[in-house]
Amino acid sequence: MSSTVANTGVDNQSWGGGNAPLKASYGKMMMWFFIVSDALTFSGFLAAYGFSRFKFIDSWPIADEVFTHVPFLHGQELPMIYVAFMTFILIMSSVTMVLAVDAGHKLDKAKVTWYMFLTIIGGLIFVGSQAWEWATFIKGDYGAVQTKGGNILQFGEYVDVDGEQKFKRVALGDFVVSETKVRSQHESKNGLWYVDEGSLPSYTVDQVYKGLAANENVLVRTQQLNDEREKTVLSRTASLEAIKNNGVLVVEGANLQVNEYGSSLFADFFFFITGFHGFHVFSGVVLNIIIFFNVILGTYERRKSYEMVEKVGLYWHFVDLVWVFVFTFFYLV
Amino acid sequence: MGHAHKLEIFRGLIKFKSNTQKIWGVLILLSIITAIEVVLGIYKPESLMNSFLGMKLLNWIFIILTIVKAYYITWDFMHMRDETKGLRRAVVWTAIFLICYLIFILLQEGNYVESVYSSGYIKRDF
Repeated sequence: MSSTVANTGVDNQSWGGGNAPLKASYGKMMMWFFIVSDALTFSGFLAAYGFSRFKFIDSWPIADEVFTHVPFLHGQELPMIYVAFMTFILIMSSVTMVLAVDAGHKLDKAKVTWYMFLTIIGGLIFVGSQAWEWATFIKGDYGAVQTKGGNILQFGEYVDVDGEQKFKRVALGDFVVSETKVRSQHESKNGLWYVDEGSLPSYTVDQVYKGLAANENVLVRTQQLNDEREKTVLSRTASLEAIKNNGVLVVEGANLQVNEYGSSLFADFFFFITGFHGFHVFSGVVLNIIIFFNVILGTYERRKSYEMVEKVGLYWHFVDLVWVFVFTFFYLV
Repeated sequence: MGHAHKLEIFRGLIKFKSNTQKIWGVLILLSIITAIEVVLGIYKPESLMNSFLGMKLLNWIFIILTIVKAYYITWDFMHMRDETKGLRRAVVWTAIFLICYLIFILLQEGNYVESVYSSGYIKRDF
């Protein structure tokens, strides 16, 4: 009986050991396995986002109204511009990565080093941009009132733009007068030590109602989309009634519980999906840095193979690939 | 390591002289597609707002352009073009079948829940 391990491999046959099935090395093959499984994770998230969106198809926030900010350009409404910049940065860093892989095939250490460095810089700019995007989203724009049923009521007025009546959003601070605070924030150090609460909104619903009653021009906008796929604006009487009867909480900005832009699920998915993607970019940057130093130290020069750059490159391109889909489903569609 | 790259895209319509040149060519293609998406996203032409197969025409265009971008990232940046047929199919078809199933089942159910809401059996503000 010669059933020893040494004899199980049959030479010159695929899968017999000692060669590379599908002409891919073990490392690259495993990276592809990982990428397929990670792609399924991300599509699970995006499909879940689709589920919630179809569930609230008539009241989902309009992305163009949510992501309108660009750093250093305060007060201007520029939808899409910043996120297009981020997309371009990520594609650009994908290009420098593939150039590094190409230089690796030619065993050109100086070029690999340079392109890896540029890739890392691109990744850092992207993660930084995402942090800024988050901070802006969390801080919020105009503020809103949440109803008993969890719906969001926003405020605005009709203004004349080139002879056309256009609905412009109005911030809470522009029409609500903040009187003395009704109560201060409950902190564990000055109350029950096992109870905590987040910071209180700047206004109470009563103050918002008074401000609304005092300003004849301000109207309430609900989340419901009308036939023109725009949010419904209530009449003056309906506006006052909506706040008086249903308003329970003033919401400024967004977090995992409340979201001034609309359905709180929108914020939840935004944090979760872009956060998970941002985490991938971050770990990609870390992997790139490790490989970068290995390149500098000449590890792959001695190995006479830059395949490690290729493997980390596959991961980096995958991160770019995922962003292409996140960009479409969060910002475009 | 045999690394002979296939240097043509669009089924041979555009041929590149070197791998580096192909990379820049693909970058230009991806940038053009992204620019088209951004311009359409900002201006949202009225003519593309008609519904087609349950979704706005504009959204179909966005999704198709996204898949085109994904194709070129995978094929040229991740060098799927140079891999064997077996590896290519194992990766791509596995993902496509599973994702299509996932999308179908979730969007179908989301639609159903929406219909329950909109037919007025559930009210959110009392």
